[in-house]
Amino acid sequence: MRVMVIVKASAESEASVMPGEELLTAMGAYNEALMQAGIMLGGEGLKPSSAAKRMIIAGDERRVVDGPFAETKELIAGFWMWEVKSMDEAVEWARRMPSPQSGHTEVDIRPIFSAEDFGEAFTPELQAQEERMREELAKRGS
Amino acid sequence: MSPVQRAIESAWRVEAPRLIGGLVRLTRDVGRAEDLAHEALVIALERWPETGIPHNPGAWLMTAARNRGLDALRHDARVAEKHAEIQAVARFSTEPDEAIEVGDDRLRLILIACHPILSVDARVALTLRLLGGLTTDELARAFLVAESTMAQRIVRAKRTLTEARVPFEVPTGTALHDRMPAVLEVIYLIFNEGYWATSGADVVRPALCADALRLGRTLAALVPLAAEVHGLLALMEIQASRMRTRVAADGSPVLLQDQNRARWDHLAIRRGLDALARAEKRAQPLGPYTLQAAIAACHARARSTEATDWWRIVALYDALVEVTGSPVVALNRAVAVSMAAGPEAGLELVDALANGPALQSYPLLITVRGELLARLGRIPEARAELRRAAAATTHLRERERLYARMHALDPSAVDPDPMPGGDFSA
Repeated sequence: MRVMVIVKASAESEASVMPGEELLTAMGAYNEALMQAGIMLGGEGLKPSSAAKRMIIAGDERRVVDGPFAETKELIAGFWMWEVKSMDEAVEWARRMPSPQSGHTEVDIRPIFSAEDFGEAFTPELQAQEERMREELAKRGS
Repeated sequence: MSPVQRAIESAWRVEAPRLIGGLVRLTRDVGRAEDLAHEALVIALERWPETGIPHNPGAWLMTAARNRGLDALRHDARVAEKHAEIQAVARFSTEPDEAIEVGDDRLRLILIACHPILSVDARVALTLRLLGGLTTDELARAFLVAESTMAQRIVRAKRTLTEARVPFEVPTGTALHDRMPAVLEVIYLIFNEGYWATSGADVVRPALCADALRLGRTLAALVPLAAEVHGLLALMEIQASRMRTRVAADGSPVLLQDQNRARWDHLAIRRGLDALARAEKRAQPLGPYTLQAAIAACHARARSTEATDWWRIVALYDALVEVTGSPVVALNRAVAVSMAAGPEAGLELVDALANGPALQSYPLLITVRGELLARLGRIPEARAELRRAAAATTHLRERERLYARMHALDPSAVDPDPMPGGDFSA
């Protein structure tokens, strides 16, 4: 199963406080361990929300709001994608993460949907549409 | 099992490959290393419910296992005063853990589990057990043998390693690269076991693909300079990207040309193409896995069969024939030629192969010949070949597909009922 591991933002990450030498080394070693365990599919760190834009969609209306955004705890500072055997295994690997910020950090582990999870409601037509979209995205990224 | 016990077990499972790899370094005995690792789990199950899971569970488990091993060794050494055991005590007590690269212990375990002295079956079983964390029961189900057979296979493999006194040091440089083919063979075999398991009744078998991919990623991280490791990873990622389109809802196989390409897993293809680029950067000339991955990539990049760069595929097959000398590869090359230059050119090559000794009654060759004849409009000959292929194959699903194909070529003809489970049900 694939999971997204989401590191929530903090006052520190939102203030763009750069990690020190020690944390960088520890994170490097942690990422290395994830690679050697064969579970790492990818991951990135995000700039603070002061660099972000938010699109608010309400029916036909589209409104753009510039960052920074107030609700720090709801923002994310980075993510990984892992391929693991179970949620238990994901939890174990997340436990080994070095503390990403000096204070309190929340890390959410979210299983990723696969087509099978949608069951009957996910018709072949919808599925084909989703795949086309995914293909477009992959092409644009390359 | 209580939630605490479950958490302890999963913590142990995550550490197990490194733990066993480290213990093998000390004990020089895979069976003993595994036993000690389990003893460490038992100690953890006693202590951790009170203390909580330690900050560094791997180091904790290693210390517990080492102390347990040291006690036993001191006892044995006192009784027997054997030189080897006294040496082992010294090794246990003096070797600092910190001096050893963590990745080394995992690589050591892979190399031992895939040691060329073992049969391929034994290598596969030991690798999945020690590195994939599969239980004997899961292994037996995955490889469709009795649990006792699988248990025997593992015991015998461990004994072979001990008796042959295989060195437990991780080789470097050329010596390390020389060991790679035996490892890659095992990983690809595990992948194919999962890939061709279409039954779906037991999820253990398709899950083997994920196990193999994971082993491939592990190896790519541990031996990043070995081009073929990346080549194999690329090949597996690209093949796995077609997983959900290669079998129809009724369980019958769907040929590449008939697959819905929009449903391929394009993120997996991206990972595959990235791995292929890493392989091509490191290799000169390209090895067999990298070449196969490059061929798979031609299909992955093409929007349709018609839009495929068949001449590039032919060139890659030329190189692959040279590297492998395999007649099956030559047959695949003939198909690529037929796509690039037309069925006539393909048929000529296939006929030459059919007259050779290796593939005379190979079902796939007969099928290919039948399809080429069909493309040339020689329908009765084509149908005769497909019938011959259906009689030669041992795969029930494939036989049904061939009969369906014969019917599609000439719906008015009356064919014998394929009779599932009849004479051919090997």
